[in-house]
Amino acid sequence: MNHSLLMAILLLSPFVGFLINGLRWRKNGPNLAGGIATVAIFISFICSVLLFVDLVSMPQEARRIAVTFFEWIAVDRLKIGAGFVVDPISAIMILVITGVGTLIHLFSVSYMHHDKGVAKYFAYLNLFVFNMLILVLGDSLVTMFVGWEGVGLCSYLLIGFWFTDREKAAAGMKAFITNRIGDAAFLLGMFVLFMTFGTLNLHELNELAPTVAEGSWLGAATLGTLLLFIGATGKSAQIPLYVWLPDAMAGPTPVSALIHAATMVTAGVYMIVRLNAMFIAAPNTMMVIAVIGAATAVFAATIGMTQWDIKKVLAYSTVSQLGYMFLAAGVGAFGAAMFHLMTHAFFKALMFLGSGSVIHAMHEEQDIRKMGALKKYMPITHFTFFLGWLAIIGMPPFAGFFSKDLILEKAFASPLGHPLLWAAGVLGAVMTAFYMTRLMALTFWGKSRVPKEVHPHESPWLMTIPLIVLGFLSVVGGWIGIPHVISAILPGHPANILGDWLAPMLKVPLSDAHHHLDAATEWTLMGISVVLAAISAAVAYQFYVRSPETPDKIAKALGPVYQLVSKKYLIDELYFGAVINPLIRLSKNLWHHVDVNFIDKITYVLGDLVRGGGSLVRTLQTGNMQLYAMYVGLGLVAILSFVLMR
Amino acid sequence: MPSTDVFTTITLQHYLVLSAALFMIGLTGVLLRRNVIVIMMCIELMLNAVNLSFIAFSKFSGRIDGQIMVFFVLTIAAAEAAVGLALIVCIFKRFREVNIRFFEHLKG
Amino acid sequence: MLLSTIVFLPVVFALVIALWPRENSLRHLALGFSLIEFILSLKIFQQFDPSSSSLQLVEKHMWIERFGIQYFFGIDGISLWLVILTTFLTPIIILASWNSIDKRVKGFHAALFLLQTAMLGTFLAFDAIFFYVFWELSLIPMYFMVGIWGGTRRIYATVKFFIFTMVGSVLMLIAMIYMMYLTQEALGTMSASLLDFYRLKIPFVGGTLLSLQSLLFFAFALAFAIKVPIFPLHTWLPDAHVEAPTPGSVILAGVMLKMGTYCFLRWIIPLFPEAAEYWAWLFLLLGVIGIVYGALVAMVQPDVKKLVAYSSVSHMGYIIIGLFVFNSYGITGGLYQMLNHGISTGALFILIGMIYERTHSREIARYGGLASVLPIFTIFFFIVTMSSIAVPLTNGFIGEFLILMGVFEKNPWFAAVAVTGVILGAAYMLWMFMRVFFGPKGELVSDEHHPLHDLNAREIGVMIPLVVMIFWMGIFPNQFLDWSKASVDHLVKNRSSYNLTIKASGSHDPQALPEEAAQ
Repeated sequence: MNHSLLMAILLLSPFVGFLINGLRWRKNGPNLAGGIATVAIFISFICSVLLFVDLVSMPQEARRIAVTFFEWIAVDRLKIGAGFVVDPISAIMILVITGVGTLIHLFSVSYMHHDKGVAKYFAYLNLFVFNMLILVLGDSLVTMFVGWEGVGLCSYLLIGFWFTDREKAAAGMKAFITNRIGDAAFLLGMFVLFMTFGTLNLHELNELAPTVAEGSWLGAATLGTLLLFIGATGKSAQIPLYVWLPDAMAGPTPVSALIHAATMVTAGVYMIVRLNAMFIAAPNTMMVIAVIGAATAVFAATIGMTQWDIKKVLAYSTVSQLGYMFLAAGVGAFGAAMFHLMTHAFFKALMFLGSGSVIHAMHEEQDIRKMGALKKYMPITHFTFFLGWLAIIGMPPFAGFFSKDLILEKAFASPLGHPLLWAAGVLGAVMTAFYMTRLMALTFWGKSRVPKEVHPHESPWLMTIPLIVLGFLSVVGGWIGIPHVISAILPGHPANILGDWLAPMLKVPLSDAHHHLDAATEWTLMGISVVLAAISAAVAYQFYVRSPETPDKIAKALGPVYQLVSKKYLIDELYFGAVINPLIRLSKNLWHHVDVNFIDKITYVLGDLVRGGGSLVRTLQTGNMQLYAMYVGLGLVAILSFVLMR
Repeated sequence: MPSTDVFTTITLQHYLVLSAALFMIGLTGVLLRRNVIVIMMCIELMLNAVNLSFIAFSKFSGRIDGQIMVFFVLTIAAAEAAVGLALIVCIFKRFREVNIRFFEHLKG
Repeated sequence: MLLSTIVFLPVVFALVIALWPRENSLRHLALGFSLIEFILSLKIFQQFDPSSSSLQLVEKHMWIERFGIQYFFGIDGISLWLVILTTFLTPIIILASWNSIDKRVKGFHAALFLLQTAMLGTFLAFDAIFFYVFWELSLIPMYFMVGIWGGTRRIYATVKFFIFTMVGSVLMLIAMIYMMYLTQEALGTMSASLLDFYRLKIPFVGGTLLSLQSLLFFAFALAFAIKVPIFPLHTWLPDAHVEAPTPGSVILAGVMLKMGTYCFLRWIIPLFPEAAEYWAWLFLLLGVIGIVYGALVAMVQPDVKKLVAYSSVSHMGYIIIGLFVFNSYGITGGLYQMLNHGISTGALFILIGMIYERTHSREIARYGGLASVLPIFTIFFFIVTMSSIAVPLTNGFIGEFLILMGVFEKNPWFAAVAVTGVILGAAYMLWMFMRVFFGPKGELVSDEHHPLHDLNAREIGVMIPLVVMIFWMGIFPNQFLDWSKASVDHLVKNRSSYNLTIKASGSHDPQALPEEAAQ
């Protein structure tokens, strides 16, 4: 099939779905709306598969399908086309987006069944997928930015989907504005790159990237990539712009699964991987990325350990896992970042959908203190969630193990890496194992704390099927990237499929001092993280299943530290106190004191001057005719004497 | 004898001095008197002072233009007096007063 | 004859309307007239040659020979879209004011058409005095529009508007007359033709305000800066907008503010190249301050209309910085942003007018939860909001992106400050949107005695063309930019010795005839 046609269908199918549901938002019922939306995404999925198959059949170096539909902006040197590219990197993304997207749409049909705005919901969801596809397929930073802002917009709409609740609407707004801060930096980053390299095309930028690492902080590549990375911290919820993601859980749960776990939030990582040659040329940026990523991974995990809302725990977990992806990208392990992006999409989408299933069963209850022992009521949800749990805490041979292990190994061994980064990663993994086990224990295991009037039940098949598929992917998803040391001992020595697939697209760190780990070290690193995570999980099991009173004691013993962590380090309060409120005060002062009391006053003063001069002259106008005659006479005398005496 | 000439021969200067004196009397009246009718009369006086100098110039220069001008002035003076008196009658009817002090409504 | 017809036909319309005997069919008549005018203006595309940077469709006759003042119309790529914008908005305004203007309907429509003539004349006149006539003429209908059909403080607002704009104009007139004398010195005969003005080499000395070029530059710039308005001359705008009736606000924001920015492009930059270059920092600074200041002050406004008015200050700041970087990106972006602002801010004012008709209040705090009561209204408002905060694929993005790019090329620091406008813009618009449309129902929305009705067919009909333009301009900007490309390129390349030639009318001969110097 013709590539441009295929690409057009891939992109437009969700858009058409959006239009149908959007224009008939009052008429389409849940089944019709959901059906249309799901089919729309499924068509895109088929197109993605077809494109992927075509890509596979091409020779390795020529794997690139580029289509330009029309010229979008052309001013002077700036030439931006509506161009889209499928290459090994974006192929993975479109498969994940449309594949996981289809499952989540399917799940939503049942989950949103009773909502009045269901057609609107599916319209937004389709619009989101459309924008996400533009983001990943766009061949230039500007086309990417179109999708980048577009997904932010859809995220805004979906977080505030139940807008009659002011807090939910505010969460949407917070997400959009926080993202805008990043977007502003993204714009500046684009300008820096454009002014230096004369193009914004991703492919060309990668070709033109300096081949020698840039030492200066103010070099074009460093400054440009640093600004782009600030953009990424907004979209991908990294320190310091992560604050919107936990609040974003106000949206419907499938939205959290699709947008705030599997796809949109990974856009920042994807952008860095896309532009890897440019980022590699800027080691300073890379260092910042790695440090921020590692810091976020640990920081968010600590907050995750103290949350009671099932979705908030998952949200902080997402922030933390995204930190891992940035850590990977920052040490130059772009393949590992993509790998973790993919496996995370599987298991985190699974866990969000699982939590959706739980919330559905608990009649919109999200507090895990009111759950417990749900295992017996919801066996399928529990089992699939269990698989996701094993994947995220990195137990072999589940998906998360391979990707997380690869990241940790690279953090240790890459020329851009550092043992401290590795240690942070391991610390994060230990905490991840803890809070995830805690979540499992409080939700599914232990004693039931479910209120009497609530009768949990297993969700309908439309919801469990996506769970089962994602559960399967969470198990096998990692097998396409089996590291060399493990495949060496496996029968048949399976190849590292993902690594080979991505290799032609990715630059390796420029430094030639490439540490090659010997097998023993690699095994040791792997062992340490797995064993520590397992111990941590066991401790959490002990705490929350065997002796549920221990955590409280520990929390008490920690005193203010625990309080600080459970209140999310008061970062929101800090932002409000230090930035937002002063800004609003400043604005009010500007309005009252500059506009009303200063500029307008000046104009009034000018007016008053004219008026004052007028009233001064006015006193001459007495109305007394004889006085006027006198003036005339005096004037005559004055003029005559002037003329005559000259 | 020039000193006696002043009294015997009447020159242009005599006329002009008289005219100026009459004009000043009229002007003073216009500026100082409060009664509108008196002011009107003073204006007449000023006009006639001008007439006097016209005629004097006409006589001493031997040209007729000045005397023609006087007719114009007389006509206009008559018209002015008619309109002015009519206005004064109107004002008196309305305000019962012809003192100019009460007509200061055109204050700025 | 096309341009003369386009400019003066509305006067005929105004007369017909003023003399029309029946009151009830008046609006239909006016709508029909405005559509005729719009279609007529589309005929320009047939005759306009986008590949040429010369002045086209020229009509030139001597008007007052003694002073070399001419009846002189022409059009090029810079004025083309502004003319279309004017004729495009007028039918929409008439349709939008169908119910809201209920007194002196006849006078209102007559004033509207008169205003249209004045605005079109401003965009098309190429003789200084001829231009000045239109420039000043535009004040009069606007003065009455605010003064008669406005809100409670309309007299204060309209006088403020009038005096502010008048102050600048007078200085401009003096400068124009002075320049006419300069043409007499340079060319032998006096001329008020802008094309002759372009030929003048006005002496410029840097470092002082008192060199001739700088003085003339500021005399013109003040007039235009007040009209735009540039910070700190903007305080007439919020008052005028708040008190103006909906159609007045739409025209004011949609077209009249563009008269200021257009004139910067048409007069200031080519006429005083050295002074413009030398003082560019001042305008960049004021523009950037305007962007941030307008956005901040907009954020805390309790009145929706005032909020949008201050957002205009912010958006006009973008246009100014775009123009004053003198590169293709900035000027193209500035020109595009003029159209965008006309459409999206115009649409915002129309929407605010629609809700005001229903509730008679514009106080944000009294709203809330409107989205569940008026869904169609909400959708339109949302789309226009997106355009206003420059989300990609809407028109706003193209303009803002190009402007910021242009500014970045000239001076990254200004761009870095200007880019905060992107954030603040989203903040004030979305915060307002949340307070008005989301959350629990406010007192006006939940009032049992006055249930709110969603948009009717007429109102949807008003919004559709605007929304179509928002997306069309956002997705296919090239279709618009191609028409002005030649003129903008010509301006950017030959800024220091700018010169416009007159294209032989009627022929599609690319060979442009140079205008003979007046002998």
